[in-house]
Amino acid sequence: MPQFTDLFFYALAGLTLLFGFLTVLNPLSRSPVTSAMFLVLTILCMAGLFVLLHAFFLAAVQILVYAGAVMVVFLFVIMLLDLKADQRRHFNKIAVGLGGLSTLAIAGTLVASIVKTIPVSQTAGRLAEGETKALGRLLFESHILPFEILSVLLLVAMVGAILITKKDLR
Amino acid sequence: MTPGLHHYLIVSALLFSLGLLGVVARRNLFVIFMGLELMLNASNLALVAFSRYHNNLNGQVMVFFVITVAAAEVAVGLALLVALYRKRQTAHVEDLTSLKL
Repeated sequence: MPQFTDLFFYALAGLTLLFGFLTVLNPLSRSPVTSAMFLVLTILCMAGLFVLLHAFFLAAVQILVYAGAVMVVFLFVIMLLDLKADQRRHFNKIAVGLGGLSTLAIAGTLVASIVKTIPVSQTAGRLAEGETKALGRLLFESHILPFEILSVLLLVAMVGAILITKKDLR
Repeated sequence: MTPGLHHYLIVSALLFSLGLLGVVARRNLFVIFMGLELMLNASNLALVAFSRYHNNLNGQVMVFFVITVAAAEVAVGLALLVALYRKRQTAHVEDLTSLKL
């Protein structure tokens, strides 16, 4: 049933953009905790879009790594630091106005160039093998060196984060 | 209308702009950080859409790497924020002017 998945796309895309907007400029609350919660919702909707694009493994990784691990670290640090004084500040009106204007210009340029260059009648192809299996094969056969370098990067980030947050940084 | 490649790319472009708005307009370092995450996610969506419509899985491998690097970036960035808060008791960019001449 093609119409049903179309409906899913429009619902998920609309929700993603709505929650994304509430993450950056929530008119009701300036608390970073609220922003973080809306960012979790944005990421969940994006995982739904990944499922619609048949990227099932990436949808699972998106939920596990982003909505799970990264956002927990965010919330943990926000609640660790007592940010009550910051909440009383108002939005900088000039910054929001000028930033909104320039962002609107950039968004218009991007959307116009996409509409002009991408042909409308682009159809999705069929992949022969199971998507996750093919992805794993590609990852461990032709991209094995970047994969290993990435593990070193994670180790460096872990050691660096511990070293930076140490109390007496000599 | 059946959603095609350009639908996904437009969603991605708008999401990127929202992240940029967060970085430009907000003054709280945490929200600026979340804007950066939003921009990374928007580029991920564009990569997955291209990978689907061009029938090439290299895009999804790239997204896998981007997610991992973003996780490392969040860990180091938040550690820097904690170290900054310990020195200055603030997470607000307008209070951080010690490099100003």
